[in-house]
Amino acid sequence: MPITQEERQMLEKTACELRLKIIDVMEWSGGSHIGGSLSCADILTILYFKYLRVDPGNPCWEDRDRFILSKGHAAAGFIPVLAKKGYFSEDELRTFNHFGSPFAMHPDSNKVVGCDVSSGSLGHGLSIAAGLGLGARYLGKSFKTVCLLGDGECCEGSVWEAAMSISHFKLTNVIAVVDRNRLMIDGKTEDVMALEPFAEKWRAFGFDVMEINGHDYTQLAEAFDKAWSATEKPVMILANTIKGKGVDFMENNVVYHYASADSQVCRKAKESILRSMGGM
Amino acid sequence: MTAVTGTNWTAYDAATMTAREIYGRTLAQMGKTNKKIVGVTADLSKTTAIVHFEKAFPERFFNVGIAEQNMMGIAAGLAKAGLIPFASTMAVFASMRAGEQVRTDIAYQNLPVKIIATHAGISFGHAGTTHHCTEDLAIMKSMANMTVICPADGIETSKAVQACVDIPGPVYIRIGRGFEPPVYESEAYDYRIGKAITMHEGTDFTIIACGIAVLQSIQAAKTLKEQDGLSVRVINMHTIKPIDEDTVLESLKDTRRILTVEEHNVIGGLGDSVASVIAKSGKGCIFKKHGIYDEYATIGYAEDLYSHYGLDANGIIDQVRSMMGMEFEADENWEDE
Repeated sequence: MPITQEERQMLEKTACELRLKIIDVMEWSGGSHIGGSLSCADILTILYFKYLRVDPGNPCWEDRDRFILSKGHAAAGFIPVLAKKGYFSEDELRTFNHFGSPFAMHPDSNKVVGCDVSSGSLGHGLSIAAGLGLGARYLGKSFKTVCLLGDGECCEGSVWEAAMSISHFKLTNVIAVVDRNRLMIDGKTEDVMALEPFAEKWRAFGFDVMEINGHDYTQLAEAFDKAWSATEKPVMILANTIKGKGVDFMENNVVYHYASADSQVCRKAKESILRSMGGM
Repeated sequence: MTAVTGTNWTAYDAATMTAREIYGRTLAQMGKTNKKIVGVTADLSKTTAIVHFEKAFPERFFNVGIAEQNMMGIAAGLAKAGLIPFASTMAVFASMRAGEQVRTDIAYQNLPVKIIATHAGISFGHAGTTHHCTEDLAIMKSMANMTVICPADGIETSKAVQACVDIPGPVYIRIGRGFEPPVYESEAYDYRIGKAITMHEGTDFTIIACGIAVLQSIQAAKTLKEQDGLSVRVINMHTIKPIDEDTVLESLKDTRRILTVEEHNVIGGLGDSVASVIAKSGKGCIFKKHGIYDEYATIGYAEDLYSHYGLDANGIIDQVRSMMGMEFEADENWEDE
């Protein structure tokens, strides 16, 4: 269903609140993968607040849609979404990274309520998504599995093993998304290990590829609408994003792949987020 | 005929059928009553004999091509969907090529994926070292949540495959290439995962073995009785993890001389698990781990390699005789220190 003006505003407001919470988590946890958490914040927001059929009151509901954060290092972006969705209180996020906390740099599905799959080692998520897709088909269930990958993650050969099988098995119940922020730890993706022609690669592997602006809710909604109704080819949404999106001094700055920040820096970051979102 | 007959199905001739053949047929039978069982392989359907399940249930069998990492990830996803996946490939690829997927996707998430790995040890000797696997027990048993099983023959493979479905977490079952003579004459014995089986009674010495070494150890015990008048106990430690500590301690108390025999590197396998139990007990013991002595095996057909590495009855007899000649260190020496 196309996005309405009202819906768009609601999602943008939610994403703004999420980004502010991501900064809180950065401070509480002593450091986080802030850049890649901010780059996928809009993708996570539209998934959890428009598309995924999930029930925080019944987190193990067997017909729920599944979400796999294959770029598991963005847990600092993902776990606050689950809190906002109501799986647990936002106050619990204060324990992030601390002794005995369910929340760490990479998410653990046996500890985090609402997290479907543990992740953190790159190149694993898409295979697990393929397995969930095959399982759903065999069981006659209609749930979708959405898998969010990082672009740097696609250097891992196992991603392409999974891509081959999703295409081979025609798993249109699996939706792949790449957070294409063009930076990895050691620099630009194209300098460290070139991914381009990236869209062509996915097309050659049998995917229906949509290249969109991953911060534009109209484009995100169009892409997910198409993905949700795919019947012929599996869908890959290449979401072009900005690493560190929303915080001016973090945007496209490789230093903020992983960083810690004191309360003063966090305050500046929050001010920047509020400014960029039009003072909400 | 030495037969395997599960609850509802026709007997399989365990004397002429390999352990993997029996595995494939057992799984195909189990699939009839348990709709949650699904199968995955990485272009080794026929080789691992999971093909019998594939033929019976093509709609719940997935061949992912030559991509073991993907196979383990897909198995994890199938388990996440509420199914019980059996994943089959050769042991060397299951434990190493896809080792991180097994650890992170399956063991860490504690998913009920059953990995049935064939061609373990040096059973595929003539294939060369790339296809040997003398590391898998060490790798698999160091993964938390993982149950590790090494059946003695085809009948026991069938029992292990049936029993592993009741384990809520991941299970690794290693079997050989096949053609090994059976140990059991029928399936009429009590098999429980984690509970070792005494195959030959004895009071002078204990051999704790797994896999192909079980039959060879029984033959060694019989010869030692006849030729040396030795009373040698043989334990089939089919479950490497969790190890049956009670049975180890009982043998320690009764015989004070223990030899472990396994088709695996002496580092990290059955021998080390038994050694840990003995060390923890605080009791003195003449003890040795026998297996592959931290080297890549030479090339040859399996039976020639078993003979070369002393994993046959003759080699085991030599080990036992040399250990019978060893004396316990007198306690006075300890007091001097």
